[in-house]
Amino acid sequence: MKIGVLGLQGGVYEHVYMLRRAFQELGWQGEAVVVKKPQHLHGLDGIIVPGGESTTIGIVARRIGLLEPLRDAVKEGLPAFGTCAGAVMLAAKARDRVVGEKSQPLIGAMSIEVIRNYFGRQRESFEVDLEVEGVEGRFRGVFIRSPAIVKAEGDAKIISWLKSGDSLVGVAAIQGPHLATSFHPELTGDTRIHKLWLQNIKR
Amino acid sequence: MLPRYAPLSDNVRLYEVGFNEIVEFFYGLAEAADRLREEGLWFSYGPERLPEVIEVPKTGTLRVKLGFPVYQKGGVVMDVTNVEQAQIAEDAGAVAVMVLDKLPYDVRKAGGVARMADVKVIEEVMNSITIPVMAKVRIGHYYEALILEQIGVDMIDESEVLTPVDEKHHINKWLFKVPFVNGARNLGEALRRIAEGAAMIRTKGEAGTGNVAEAVRHMKIIMGELWSLRGLPGEERLRKAREMGVPVELVDLTARLGRLPVVNFAAGGIATPADAALMMWLGADGIFVGSGIFKSRDPPERAAAIVLAASLWDDPESVAEAQRMISEQKSMMGIDIRKLKPEELLQVRGAEA
Repeated sequence: MKIGVLGLQGGVYEHVYMLRRAFQELGWQGEAVVVKKPQHLHGLDGIIVPGGESTTIGIVARRIGLLEPLRDAVKEGLPAFGTCAGAVMLAAKARDRVVGEKSQPLIGAMSIEVIRNYFGRQRESFEVDLEVEGVEGRFRGVFIRSPAIVKAEGDAKIISWLKSGDSLVGVAAIQGPHLATSFHPELTGDTRIHKLWLQNIKR
Repeated sequence: MLPRYAPLSDNVRLYEVGFNEIVEFFYGLAEAADRLREEGLWFSYGPERLPEVIEVPKTGTLRVKLGFPVYQKGGVVMDVTNVEQAQIAEDAGAVAVMVLDKLPYDVRKAGGVARMADVKVIEEVMNSITIPVMAKVRIGHYYEALILEQIGVDMIDESEVLTPVDEKHHINKWLFKVPFVNGARNLGEALRRIAEGAAMIRTKGEAGTGNVAEAVRHMKIIMGELWSLRGLPGEERLRKAREMGVPVELVDLTARLGRLPVVNFAAGGIATPADAALMMWLGADGIFVGSGIFKSRDPPERAAAIVLAASLWDDPESVAEAQRMISEQKSMMGIDIRKLKPEELLQVRGAEA
């Protein structure tokens, strides 16, 4: 199995590290590669879009001609897993909590709507234990200026909820081979979410 | 493509030890301090320990403080002085902006005491863009930092570009919920700042000169020291720790990692895409650009070009493309560092502490 991690900006190597550990724990032959150019998409069984600034990742991807091929590959079925900014990139629609809607380049492979910086600024970034469908027991959610998933349509399904103020918002969603989390499993020592996705996409 | 810069080990970007282990390390270091605190003894350098299970969201933890800069990696943080510049930075693909009262080049020219930026300007910038907003405080100025935390700035730069208020001590950054970045010229300065709670390090370079030479020098010193640390036997690492004035455990961790245990950016004099790519090649995790963009005569193009070069520094085609986007005739003029008087150097500020 060959999994790419979009390597233009953000927490790239943290995912490479987690993938290697997940492969090891699953006892699978697996390879994790960094994707920076269109030709790196060749032969991938899945791609992780990491956390970072979604605006930066989108702008650079578009400028070097990676956005279109990546969008096409994911829409044609290349399984994708996005964390935080990666979840924003996978969403069909994104707006900012304070600034509102700004045009930014997205991959848009999942029928979910996200609000960027939903929980506030870095000062409001937090950790909390979550329940995630498909993962036994609790999972430590690390939220850093994270988005919330406020809507899932079609066959997209929210698999983890978090109470925020008076409302319940989505923090993880699944749609076919795609997975999006608001939080950062790659900042924990816990590979269960990576394994959940890998097992889900194994042919 | 150039081969890897000599002192870089594989670990400079890819860890054999994960992020989680680094967080656990700092909690481990703080355990003794926690016990002392329970006994009623005052000890405040270190993270507050977390319960086993977190039911209610817990803000400002060590993991989210060390985690924030992870998502800045491969990106460019741009100095701005107003909303218009912040907008240009965001549109060009900056990962964050740093709000200042004056760009370092103008600080240099103006002289006098340089302080933190206007709170109103910082707030205006925060309300107009979606990317993180950072701001600078004077070295040792706890209350400028407290104000920035209060208004919700995402990261605080305790910076030598402003006039220090304390030549002997830096801020105890463990006391804040907001992460800090500090400048360093060598491994000792970097590890001292990390021991004080800095979540990110940047080279000092010589700000406001448009001359990348000092940033290169500082990055090579740090990389060289990291390299030499790896081969040292235990007793020599202990001696080194004493010399640098940091816990030996931190030196051991750094030796094991082969890199700084926190994110490490390059700053000071970066003015072109080629400068940014050079610093990335030398092992920087990302780039701060101060006067280089808004003291040039082509800010939007230059900002976008530097973003491209920082991200794709290892692809010569993209770096050349980035350099093509700017014109050398529009670069900031720059200052020859050898023409600066010793008292005009910003990098020596706070170096003694």
